[in-house]
Amino acid sequence: MRTFLKLKLVLLAMAAGSTLFSVPAVFAAEQFFPLLVYRSGPYAPNGIPFANGFVDYFNMINARDGGINGVKITYEECETGYATDRGVECYERLKGKGPTGASVISPLSTGITFALTEKTHTDKIPIITMGYGRSESVDGSVFQWNFPLLGSYWTAADILVQHVGNLNGGLNKLKGKKITLIYHDSPYGKEPIPLLEKRAKMHGFKFSKIPVTHPGVEQKSAWLQVRKNRPDYVFLWGWGIMNSTAIKEAAAVRYPRDKIYGVWWAGAEPDVRPAGAGAKGYQSITLQHSAGKTAVHADILKYVHDKGNGSGPKGDVGHVLYNRGMLNAVVSIEAVRTAQGKFGKKSLTGEQVRWGIENLDLDAKRIKELGIDGMMQPLKVSCSDHEGSRRARIHQWDGNNWNFVSDWIEADNSLLRPMVETAAANYAKDKGITPVTCKS
Amino acid sequence: MAFFIEVLISGLMAGVLYSLVALGFVLIFKASGVFNFAQGAMVLFAALTFVRLIDILSETFAPILLSLAITIVVMIVLAIVIERLVLRPLVNQPGISLFMATLGIAYFLDGFGQSIWGSDVYALDIGIPKDSMFILESVFEGGILVSSEDLVATLIAGVLVATLAIFFQRTRVGRALRAVADDHQAAQSVGIPLNYIWVVVWSVAGLVALVAGAVWGSKLGVQFSLSLIALKALPVLILGGFESVVGAIVGGLIIGVGEKLSEIYLGPIIGGGIENWFAYVLALFFLLFRPQGLFGEKHIDRV
Amino acid sequence: MFYREAGQFKTSYTADQAAFPIAQDRIFIAIWLFIGFVAVPLLSNEYLFRAIFIPFLILALAALGLNLLVGYCGQVSLGTGAFMAVGAYAAYNFWTRIPGLNPLVAFMLAGGVATIVGILFGIPSLRIKGFYLAVATLAAQFFLDWVFSRIGWFTNYTPSGSIAVPPVELFGFAFASPVSKYLLCLTILVLFAVVAKNIVRGRIGRSWMATRDMDVAAEIIGIRPMYAKLSAFAVSSFFIGVAGALWGFVHLESWEPLAFDINRSFSILFMVIIGGLGSIMGAFLGAAFITVLPLFLNQLPTWIGIEVSTAMISHIEFMIFGALIIFFLAVEPLGMARMWRIGKEKLRLWPFPY
Repeated sequence: MRTFLKLKLVLLAMAAGSTLFSVPAVFAAEQFFPLLVYRSGPYAPNGIPFANGFVDYFNMINARDGGINGVKITYEECETGYATDRGVECYERLKGKGPTGASVISPLSTGITFALTEKTHTDKIPIITMGYGRSESVDGSVFQWNFPLLGSYWTAADILVQHVGNLNGGLNKLKGKKITLIYHDSPYGKEPIPLLEKRAKMHGFKFSKIPVTHPGVEQKSAWLQVRKNRPDYVFLWGWGIMNSTAIKEAAAVRYPRDKIYGVWWAGAEPDVRPAGAGAKGYQSITLQHSAGKTAVHADILKYVHDKGNGSGPKGDVGHVLYNRGMLNAVVSIEAVRTAQGKFGKKSLTGEQVRWGIENLDLDAKRIKELGIDGMMQPLKVSCSDHEGSRRARIHQWDGNNWNFVSDWIEADNSLLRPMVETAAANYAKDKGITPVTCKS
Repeated sequence: MAFFIEVLISGLMAGVLYSLVALGFVLIFKASGVFNFAQGAMVLFAALTFVRLIDILSETFAPILLSLAITIVVMIVLAIVIERLVLRPLVNQPGISLFMATLGIAYFLDGFGQSIWGSDVYALDIGIPKDSMFILESVFEGGILVSSEDLVATLIAGVLVATLAIFFQRTRVGRALRAVADDHQAAQSVGIPLNYIWVVVWSVAGLVALVAGAVWGSKLGVQFSLSLIALKALPVLILGGFESVVGAIVGGLIIGVGEKLSEIYLGPIIGGGIENWFAYVLALFFLLFRPQGLFGEKHIDRV
Repeated sequence: MFYREAGQFKTSYTADQAAFPIAQDRIFIAIWLFIGFVAVPLLSNEYLFRAIFIPFLILALAALGLNLLVGYCGQVSLGTGAFMAVGAYAAYNFWTRIPGLNPLVAFMLAGGVATIVGILFGIPSLRIKGFYLAVATLAAQFFLDWVFSRIGWFTNYTPSGSIAVPPVELFGFAFASPVSKYLLCLTILVLFAVVAKNIVRGRIGRSWMATRDMDVAAEIIGIRPMYAKLSAFAVSSFFIGVAGALWGFVHLESWEPLAFDINRSFSILFMVIIGGLGSIMGAFLGAAFITVLPLFLNQLPTWIGIEVSTAMISHIEFMIFGALIIFFLAVEPLGMARMWRIGKEKLRLWPFPY
């Protein structure tokens, strides 16, 4: 009986807590952003810098500009540990906070994205999956609330194939070459497979795939297979410790590191640093940005870190994943700014922010104004195209720094679009969704 | 042929690494009948303490040795704390309760270690060579790949096992340990202090965890995932028997070779990524013939 | 005083054999049912439903199933997550491949498939005992994880291997709102709890308990160990399979094998042991405890107004969770259900404890 009473009390306390927090206490306009982060667990080394970049940019905007056009940014972190059920709980907990509820959500996990896609649709909260999530969610007529900005996995895979094609003097020269995909055995890792298989058929290269089980610390057999088959290129679709382990094993079997191309989630400092000198020459595609500092970092250091409010070590500012978190915050805020242009400078609802993302148009001039020159290509989202930009460069690790080694490459949308549309149509059919008609 | 030998060798070496983790389990099960699920967390905790202390002590004359010494002390303190706070209140409880308690220890250590030392990935360099060698290059084209890192790990494991064997067979404490393993009450009645023995055995398991953590950590980098390698040691345990040090070694070798061979030769046919469950299925298959593991003790049930 | 059975005379065998022979128990159950079916739906908000009540109900069902196996028959299993996955994927396949199939039927069929798989993986229990068996059931966990992520047929060849389902629709009513989902899960759970209660006090349940207490002795008095153990695996897997189907269809609506990984198995085993082995009530108490505690710990610092970093909160959450488990085991190794029973005994004598 007593235990039951206790439980009941706990539940009541939680009920009280959640109602308390859903009532706005402040009268000034606020815009609330839920942050799903993972700062502990197996993927923490990658999750921490990302979250730090995100939060630092928010704090910087609040400190420098007093919010978005005077609307103060509020946010709350929730630890998911990269687990889907915790992610769903976090989403449910945070979606109603702030005066108008969550503006936009960035789950930072393909699994959580899959689980939230439905729920955000009913709750009318847009979901930004910058460089991850469902590849077919590019089709905004079906996935009205999903925005895989700056590139989906199919885009990444397509650009990588084009890049190795360029190295060989044209895509048709890939005939007879061998490309092996080593992937994290999860929806994330499997995303690029359909595109690579399609490209393999088109250009006649031999495509093989080797799955690596979570968390990816045991890859000896995968790399022995690589040593035996000697593929011309290895694409690495890993996350967390799987990446550094892969590079170490590659060094152990003496597979040339400059023949390995990582996806943009396998191209940051925590992926190469633990592998030491063995990582030299390793390359990866970028989500448009690499490491490095621009004007915006100076502001972050000035307004946030120098005031003692930095969320991580100062030295990490400007790292690849830090920048990615920061850019994710940038596009979120710019989307709100765009929406404010239509709906007024007040707290906006998720639905209004969605309009803002869909009409987001960051041209070169605006990117320069934001102080992120060189970290982003012009981004123009539309109803039918929720990706906004399909360009990327390759960068290479020289043992200390990341250096760009290629020009901008644009994914071939004439190839991707039909795939996106077919997959999206299937999804709409499964889920009983009627696609909206896009005017553009 | 060369490739087959390569796979075989890498399997054997992987097996040795699994044995290192399995040894910790065996020690504790032998002496206290506790299935210590926290062994993985202990590996992580020991490795984290070790690598972060090296960092902190980097100004001193011998950071690695100093850090090693301190970590050993920490592991012994941990053993004492566990004995006081967990084992003593739970004495004479059914095995499943003790097992659950060790799961509690595992959770606690995961949180504790990360909150003190951080959740990043830390590179551990204790001088284990990283290059791989190619032997028999005259016989096979391209030679046979042997990772010197794994070779060193194998040597370390060998030394460790030999030391443990001597410790168990030749020392007073070792004999007391075996007596406790046979029968708690009988051992107590001839004057063996049970609590002291438990502290000793958990300390030894902590040291084994430190060695395993150092070897795995220098291979992979010290990071949360280290605690998950405990799962790789479990099939080794059931294959070799919970009570046998020899079983942990032989079981490790069989599992290592079995999973590598299966992944390479069977994996491509049925889709790859099979080594995880194959180890368990292999162990299960052995169990059907010897339900107490290869080297486990046969228990006779009486009504 | 409040809990005294004096004066309650049984005048028939039926009354003597009732599931709850004491009137106070019946009142308690009625109160709980009232709270569950009427009070909670009226008082709760969406967050409580989605984040606490629905997961709690489904996991309680799984814990109930596992408790039949571990608590009543004494066979420790670490493969619960995998059997839930079997239920979820089987339900998905029945539902997609047989158009117009009633989802409830699909759930039950899924439970049936889980039963078969459970029996298959239960066969080693005839020879293997104790922790050897526990670890051996991990084979099921890893093997089934692999099967569902590798064999495209089970996921209807979705490229990413992730499944999405629309809200459950029964007789033209879509269970899309949190309240309706909650009531659906609660109804199923109550029905299953009644079934479980009756199984364990019947012949099968008694043969399980005899096997648990000492299988050799049970065999000698004429209980077939094969039948007892495999039937425990079968019934338990059925419960867990249905729970898995609900977890996928009602709670997540979109899932991947990772949703049913080994952590799920452990957390359900936690529920059973913390709640109390061999007790139906224990499954509920344990599920409530394990579902609510992490969320509570996670949000506690915010409520009391302490600024702690997210990482620290999550580490502290781990530490307190671990410490509480040890504490519970030390204080009451038989679980919360045992505390409940002690509480009842006390109430019986109160206020004159002598």
